Amino acid sequence: MALTTDDVARLAKLARIELSEAELEHLAPQLDVILESVASVQQVAGPDIEPTSHALPLTNVFREDEVRPSLPREDVLAGAPAAEEERFRVPRILGEEA
Amino acid sequence: MTATVMGYEEALRSFDPVLGLEVHVELSTRSKMFCGCSTAFGAPPNTQTCPVCLGLPGAMPVVNRTAVESAMRIGLALGCSIADWCRFARKNYFYPDMPKNFQTSQYDEPIAFDGFLDVDVDGEPFRVEIERAHMEEDTGKSLHVGGSTGRIHGASHSLLDYNRSGVPLIEIVTKPITGTGARAPEVARAYVEALRDLLRALDVSDVRMEQGSLRCDVNVSLRTDPTQPLGTRTETKNVNSFRSVERSVRYEITRQAALLSEGTAITQETRHWHEDTGTTSPGRSKETAEDYRYFPEPDLVPIAPSREWVEQLRATLPEPPAERRRRLREEWGYSELEMRDVVSSGALDLIEQTVAAGCAPQPARKWWVGELARRANESGTELDALAITPAQVAEVQQLVEAGTVNDKLARQVIEGVLAGEGSPAEVVEGRGLAVVSDDGALGAAVDKAIAANPDVAEKIRGGKVQAAGALIGAVMKEMRGQADAGRVRELILEKLG
Repeated sequence: MALTTDDVARLAKLARIELSEAELEHLAPQLDVILESVASVQQVAGPDIEPTSHALPLTNVFREDEVRPSLPREDVLAGAPAAEEERFRVPRILGEEA
Repeated sequence: MTATVMGYEEALRSFDPVLGLEVHVELSTRSKMFCGCSTAFGAPPNTQTCPVCLGLPGAMPVVNRTAVESAMRIGLALGCSIADWCRFARKNYFYPDMPKNFQTSQYDEPIAFDGFLDVDVDGEPFRVEIERAHMEEDTGKSLHVGGSTGRIHGASHSLLDYNRSGVPLIEIVTKPITGTGARAPEVARAYVEALRDLLRALDVSDVRMEQGSLRCDVNVSLRTDPTQPLGTRTETKNVNSFRSVERSVRYEITRQAALLSEGTAITQETRHWHEDTGTTSPGRSKETAEDYRYFPEPDLVPIAPSREWVEQLRATLPEPPAERRRRLREEWGYSELEMRDVVSSGALDLIEQTVAAGCAPQPARKWWVGELARRANESGTELDALAITPAQVAEVQQLVEAGTVNDKLARQVIEGVLAGEGSPAEVVEGRGLAVVSDDGALGAAVDKAIAANPDVAEKIRGGKVQAAGALIGAVMKEMRGQADAGRVRELILEKLG
């Protein structure tokens, strides 16, 4: 399975990463190598091995429904690129009405 | 811009509507889904956030056990199967309402699936099939600045409050609802109302549509007849009252019917409901819908509820609301109409508690659905938020039955209790509201009324006993409503008989 520049262009769009044609040409074969390397795992995994998303066979890890202190607002907003009226200020959102 | 619509009856002659309802329920847990931040409504902006719900690097989420139990109880109450094993998934999208750039949700492994809810549509039962109920988290709240109406159009920038991001949400999705015919709007409303009742009985959510703890997305499609495959649907968002659920379905049916009948295809899209105009307008088109690139959430381990746990939760399920209403209606001897008023005014629990405190069912209903519902309405609060307890209402009724106060004075007693003047007995004492049935005081007032109304007195002497009402009214006025009306009448007839 070869990764095409179209595939990479689509992924870049979804991830909001702007890539030039040259970059797409450059990255597609590199990403393809990475995918192939990961895919080699499939050669080892037989039908007796279930696909997994987690490294450890853990289930049901919970916390009790208890309130813990939140961060002070000054600290929270200190990480914002801009703040206004105690809120995070972001550029106007295009393409959808809320 | 207003779209062309077709008359509703005409639309239903040509098309068969199919509905799909997605309801988001905010759980009333104390803390958020994956962190210990408070979920309290109405806190100052950005005071209930932490590294987890802000998506700061390295933060690790841990699932709230109570939220999972609520999700399973909701599933069980809807007759769903509970998954043996399920995972959370990341739904990736770029929108500033989620600081993480993804929402933690469930994708193809919901915790509950394949259920149903029987609803009552104007006295007729209708079964709505449930596709799934899954766990996810709420988003932050955006405020759009610089636009004329607070909407995105024309806004210069947006402001974000992340207090709500990470609050536990359960999304309940129906299967396509077919076979409603012209009753589609009523079925949609009845379903959301029945779901609200069920969730309230489960005590898992505040279920307040006006506060956004219950939100509904309404999918509508049309086809020429029930043998045809499903038509292209639209999804109307922002439908935030039961009445709007009904109206938005009706509107979409008439809008889509007008388009289809002129040969225009329906665009699969998200639409926005406008309460003021009763119309919808297009939002994001689903043709260019995002690819959310769902993948299993690596930071949360799978949930595998043991069957013992599921059965323990099943044992905590309340009596289904419809059965409870039927039982209470019979116990209390209410008519169907009376019961409907009780339920719609949110008085069922309150009346049950008032009756338990010793009040007869009919007076309990009269106080809550009449006087108190009116006062709640006037002050814009919910009935159960009024500063009077069911026990106090029962006490007011006891005062009426003991003859200490009449109905009119009882309303003043209630006013006093609501104003924080103490218990009903204390208000009677403090305001001096007790009925006067002492013959000395009443006799003087009766004499005065007779003297002031000689023509009325003459009629009564002449045998027109019903004219006594006018004199009773005069005595009541004189005594500021505190006279024992029965005794006043007796005294008048004795004096003029």
